[in-house]
Amino acid sequence: MGLFDRFRQGLKKTAQLLNTDVRDLFKREGRLVDDAFLDELFEVLIKMDLGVQAAQQIVEEVRQTHRARVVQLTDVTATIKEKLKQLLAQPGEPIQLAPEGLTVIMVCGVNGSGKTTSIAKLAKLFRSQGKQVVLGAADTFRAAAVEQLAIWAERLGVDIVTGEQGSDPASVAHRAVAAALEKGADVCIVDTAGRLQTQQNLMQQLTKIHRVIGKQVEGAPHEVLLVLDATTGQHGISQAKHFTDAVHCTGIVLAKLDGTAKGGVVVPIRQQVGLPVKFVGVGETADDLVPFDPDSFVDALFEDVEAEPSAAGQSR
Amino acid sequence: MFESLQQNLTSALKTLRGKGKLTEANMREGLRLVQQALLEADVSYSVAKDFIERVAQQATGERVLSSLDPSQQVVGIVYKELVDLMGPVDHSLHLRGETPVLMLCGLQGSGKTTTCGKLGRLIAERGRKPLMVAADLKRPGAVQQLQIIGQQVGVPVYSEEGQTDPVKVCRNAVKHARETGADVVLLDTAGRLHIDDELMQELATVERQVQPEQVYLVVDAMTGQDAVNSAKAFNEALELDGVIMTKLDGDARGGAALSVKAVTGVPIKFIGVGEHLEDLEEFHPDRMASRILGMGDVLTLVEQAQRRFDQEEMARQEERLRAGEFTLDDFRKMVAQTTKLGPLQKVISMMPGMGAFGGMLEGADVEKDMKRLFGIIDSMTPDERRNPTKIIDQSRRRRIAAGAGVEPHEVNELVKLFGMMAPQVKEMAGLGMRDRMKKIQELQRGGFLDPGAKMTRQKKSTGKRLSAQEKKQRRKERERQLRRLKRKKRRG
Repeated sequence: MGLFDRFRQGLKKTAQLLNTDVRDLFKREGRLVDDAFLDELFEVLIKMDLGVQAAQQIVEEVRQTHRARVVQLTDVTATIKEKLKQLLAQPGEPIQLAPEGLTVIMVCGVNGSGKTTSIAKLAKLFRSQGKQVVLGAADTFRAAAVEQLAIWAERLGVDIVTGEQGSDPASVAHRAVAAALEKGADVCIVDTAGRLQTQQNLMQQLTKIHRVIGKQVEGAPHEVLLVLDATTGQHGISQAKHFTDAVHCTGIVLAKLDGTAKGGVVVPIRQQVGLPVKFVGVGETADDLVPFDPDSFVDALFEDVEAEPSAAGQSR
Repeated sequence: MFESLQQNLTSALKTLRGKGKLTEANMREGLRLVQQALLEADVSYSVAKDFIERVAQQATGERVLSSLDPSQQVVGIVYKELVDLMGPVDHSLHLRGETPVLMLCGLQGSGKTTTCGKLGRLIAERGRKPLMVAADLKRPGAVQQLQIIGQQVGVPVYSEEGQTDPVKVCRNAVKHARETGADVVLLDTAGRLHIDDELMQELATVERQVQPEQVYLVVDAMTGQDAVNSAKAFNEALELDGVIMTKLDGDARGGAALSVKAVTGVPIKFIGVGEHLEDLEEFHPDRMASRILGMGDVLTLVEQAQRRFDQEEMARQEERLRAGEFTLDDFRKMVAQTTKLGPLQKVISMMPGMGAFGGMLEGADVEKDMKRLFGIIDSMTPDERRNPTKIIDQSRRRRIAAGAGVEPHEVNELVKLFGMMAPQVKEMAGLGMRDRMKKIQELQRGGFLDPGAKMTRQKKSTGKRLSAQEKKQRRKERERQLRRLKRKKRRG
């Protein structure tokens, strides 16, 4: 399955929502862009978790370009798409590997966002590229978190370094990186315990892990990925801000995009924190991880809406 | 908990309050801000819209606009509507019948397994014998997780090695419970997406076969607009009896709490407020609404206080205060008891009008300052503690500072603070809870209760230092008066 298809599959729900909702706004002969119309458009965008600010910007854009005119669906979607692409534009950087030697990737996020599963998917991705991977199970807080990652490691056939529950996560991270160096592995992925960004002591612990890894390998961790649950609303912005403050996140893994009807919170995050989305999780198996590409993200979002531009109006 | 929503709403309501006269136009503007705040807090769009409609309808009525304090009236309406939106609730677990079964379901990562452990602990605490069932056969490590939690809270866990059918596990578990004498069964099911028909079907099958007394949906407080959709879908598939909202201890705005009840009619029963297994509280819409509006969560605080305060000690102190006695010893005890309630930041943010302080204290090491404070008091003689303002002179101050390892001026600050506080506190002793809180707010307005700034305040200008120009002017003034006096003398 191609990349575009994956996206489409994951975003089907969003597209469906947009499809019906946006089309609902149009009558056969197009529709006058008035305040009522703009209000309805605002509602659609809010329901995508775009947040008030981004939604207002888009509505404003539509207002300026189409105000008091009778428009067709495609005109408006083109404006929104362009605006969204503009908002999400990011350098097309894949995962940043170390120029030579070991690449260390640290993964963090709030409780239950999908860190461990995302790590399994990342490990699988690297394995399929022929890289040797070592996992560090530094979530020593949650009951059975280590077991969960260990089961994945066994399934994927990668090495794993674990620690006792309750032990210092930084020491586990240290041993994981050391083991990776010793084995001459290509990638070491360090899992961390889920934490709410307001728990200062836990955020300091995260900073410590970051520091410890940095001492072992020059420039490490090369990537610090924040795993974000796609169902998260505007709270995601606060997550992105605080985790970036603590450990200089380099990107987002947007997990669980398969179920929800939205993934829109990446827009305000990109806008306010500047973090790019690197990967998207679109399912529960180890293969369901695709690199994020804003253009196809936005295109997939609107694909169904535009598939039958003229028919869209006539069918009603 | 709801701080951010609270902050936004407070500022929105301030624009309402600030208007000398409330007109329909400026009230609409205020309400628009309230709506925006609700949306930013992830309250579902339709819920927020309806909410504002209802408030506007009531608020634009003639009765409100012509009343003495219309903005207060509007705030009252917003509060009442918030309470209505989230309530009423019913905290009973409905443990009827021989072995009632409670079933937990929800999306992946919403916190089902942890919540299961918390509920198990709660039920065991109430004198029942719960059995937790590891019916999450999907996520690697889920069964082990529940087993470990079971050990931590001392509740047995039922699991089946190698079983792949959760329906069978649940059925066998109920049988097992009856055999082993457990009288409540808690089912921890696997996380699933509400649009996954197959898995939703599986849940329905479990429900049909096991006939749970109560079905609870576990919802992550951080969920956005989608919370409503998933709650709706779970409710349609299972007929939920309640919602447990998790992860409310962070800065999640918790808008989902507002929406879920409104859209599904399913009440929120409990809220998860921490990672530890005792961090499960009953949900109170009225308290939450006051808190959102910046009125503070006094009742929760009182409840916590009752649970943890030493009742006798309280009574004794109350008695002393009534008699008009308040010493540094009492002060120390009071502060020590407050810290027993939990991290100071949490406690303060629950006090009325103090929400903003919670944020202010972020970063400031309050606990450390507390220790210094105790150190100073502990270095005093009993006499000094009883009457610090009168007998602590420079020499005593120096001795106390040396004993506590602080600077003498810090001792002085404490004594001054105590001098200001003591009369207020004595006055408070005779008052009821309500008046007392009012008093606290008064104090706060007066700048008395600013714990962040109390201990290590920068020295500020005494206001007596004059600029060269002022000095010159004063000298002129003095000379002029002298001359006038001389003239008088000469004449007289």
